[in-house]
Amino acid sequence: MRRIFRGLIQRPLTEPAPAPDDAALAELAQRVDMAARRTLGRSLSIREVDAGSCNGCELEIHALNNAFYDLERFGLRFVASPRHADVLLVTGPVTRNMRMALERTWRATPDPKWVVAVGECAVDGGLFAGSDAVVGGVSAVVPVDLHIRGCPPTPLAMLQGLLALLSVSASG
Amino acid sequence: MSLTWITGGSDKIEGCAPWPRFIVNDGAWLRAGDGLRDGRIALLGFWGERDAVHLALSNPALDTISVITRLCPDRRFPSIAASFSPASRLERTIGDLWGVFADGSPDPRPWLDHGCWPAAPAGVNPPRDASAPYPFLAVEGESLHQIPVGPVHAGIIEPGHFRFTASGETIVRLEERLGYVHKGIERLMQGAEIDTGARLAGRISGDSTVAYAIAFARAVESASGTVVPPRAHWLRALMAEMERIANHLGDVGAICNDAAFAAMLAPCAVLREHVLRTAGLCFGHRLMMDKVVPGGVAVDLGSDSIAAIKTLVSEIRQHLPDLIHLYDNTTSLQDRTVRTGVLRPDFAAFFGCGGPIGRASGRAVDVRRRPGYPPYDELSFDVIERQDGDVNARVWVRIEEIKQSLALISQILSRPPVGKTMTALAAPPASGGEGLALIEGFRGDIMVWVRLRADGKIDRCHPRDPSWFQWPLLEAVIEGNIVADFPLCNKSFNCSYCGHDL
Repeated sequence: MRRIFRGLIQRPLTEPAPAPDDAALAELAQRVDMAARRTLGRSLSIREVDAGSCNGCELEIHALNNAFYDLERFGLRFVASPRHADVLLVTGPVTRNMRMALERTWRATPDPKWVVAVGECAVDGGLFAGSDAVVGGVSAVVPVDLHIRGCPPTPLAMLQGLLALLSVSASG
Repeated sequence: MSLTWITGGSDKIEGCAPWPRFIVNDGAWLRAGDGLRDGRIALLGFWGERDAVHLALSNPALDTISVITRLCPDRRFPSIAASFSPASRLERTIGDLWGVFADGSPDPRPWLDHGCWPAAPAGVNPPRDASAPYPFLAVEGESLHQIPVGPVHAGIIEPGHFRFTASGETIVRLEERLGYVHKGIERLMQGAEIDTGARLAGRISGDSTVAYAIAFARAVESASGTVVPPRAHWLRALMAEMERIANHLGDVGAICNDAAFAAMLAPCAVLREHVLRTAGLCFGHRLMMDKVVPGGVAVDLGSDSIAAIKTLVSEIRQHLPDLIHLYDNTTSLQDRTVRTGVLRPDFAAFFGCGGPIGRASGRAVDVRRRPGYPPYDELSFDVIERQDGDVNARVWVRIEEIKQSLALISQILSRPPVGKTMTALAAPPASGGEGLALIEGFRGDIMVWVRLRADGKIDRCHPRDPSWFQWPLLEAVIEGNIVADFPLCNKSFNCSYCGHDL
């Protein structure tokens, strides 16, 4: 009870939204199909896929759900199945052992869909590039619409990237 | 108790620090297998290379540690798993990665090799056939059904496959299949510069980046005979305890959330975020990646940072009693956690299971205490132990360990040694050098063994995650529980996928 009462009188922890990242907006503008954007409105459902990360990116993706970043207030939410998703948020250098699972997850995601690659490894394999157990970046396996860099990217950087995706999808 | 009953009469290798390594014959090798089975010794690590296999052993109290090596010129060695089943997955991995196989192995199936590699890494095995199905263990009986889960899960977690066989709601068998995030880290380390090796070590398991970085650094420092300034030890411990608090807070919240009690997750996640933000402010990285380096630490702590961490500690101390009260007085939550997923103490001891999982099942092992490493010999803390072995016990061990870590941080901040935080690495001996390190991460004891070449590059490195000895036990504790309690059991274990798959 004490907790609930305190929650009522305290200022919320949630912080103001960051401005969309300009570079991310530019990258997206080239890729996103206008007609598809209209169908989505102002919400996106995200399916996260770990295709070989060290779990660092997952920790920061988790943080997006905490009270400070509160992803859901933007209409962005994580869903349990690719069949419910508009966006695949993929991390890691894609390992050879995960390649098929990533391809099948991508195929199971209905159109229109976006792929956001998160972290340095997801760009080109990062520190793991050149290993014979690793395919490389996410774009080596599925088409990528947006890269969010960082090792791992901060929750704020991810929020900026995802908001850019949202504003492009809504402007169509 | 020494290990001379295994190693007596064996050839001792020069240049191994701080613990010795011996080349042994088959008699000593098999004595080790029997000793593991009887519980007279504990398994710390088991790894291979092209022409040898190595076992790191200790007596149960971790007072004595030795590595024994069996040379394998014909690429075969007598199976340890034949007498000591916890070694089974490690033996399968050695076969996959190095093409060295165990004679008399109880389970010859591949483990990390899913048939997707262009060639077997050691270059001696032909590539496996990707289309060949992986034979799961047979389950026989009436009215049984299978539930395959993964590798892509419903939550934001790492990939792995779980094959449940259930009778109605009750799980009668769980079989894990891992290896999906295998990135070839050991091979990437071979021939790499120390700096690259340190960056790789910090990304073996992102949640334990500090613990792995310390383990790698200490192994390299032992191998090269480098003496690190005292201040670096204290700053390493500070970062390690902050990492432990952040992860334990995350786990306590997530376990309760999996029992459909989000009221614990939200405040735990807020406190965790405070820890990460303070780490970002003080060390320049929220997870403190690449801040511990061989030779010391790459950052120093100013008075502003000390004040920020003190504020963090008092804030967590202020909120923790509320959270404990909430957990302790919510019967609907305890209805899910008490007597769920019970790990028997004899199983925990047999597998040498460490960390909060082992300590919640009566195995009070903590490598900060024994064999110990600086600065913990100058700090006071309790090793938390419970006997119940259920989800509830694992939650309580984590809660109590948060308190211990807060106390450790206060001690560290009250009297850190002054001076340098870094020293140049000494040159390894002309014949190369070997180092072994054991570090208590938030999951348990992390082992790193490294062999340096005379030119200072890495010849061979093997990191062993605590999860190797915890994953198989999850299969054991789940039996007889309902399917809906699996997430709860799994989260209370929180084993690493990437640390295990490498």
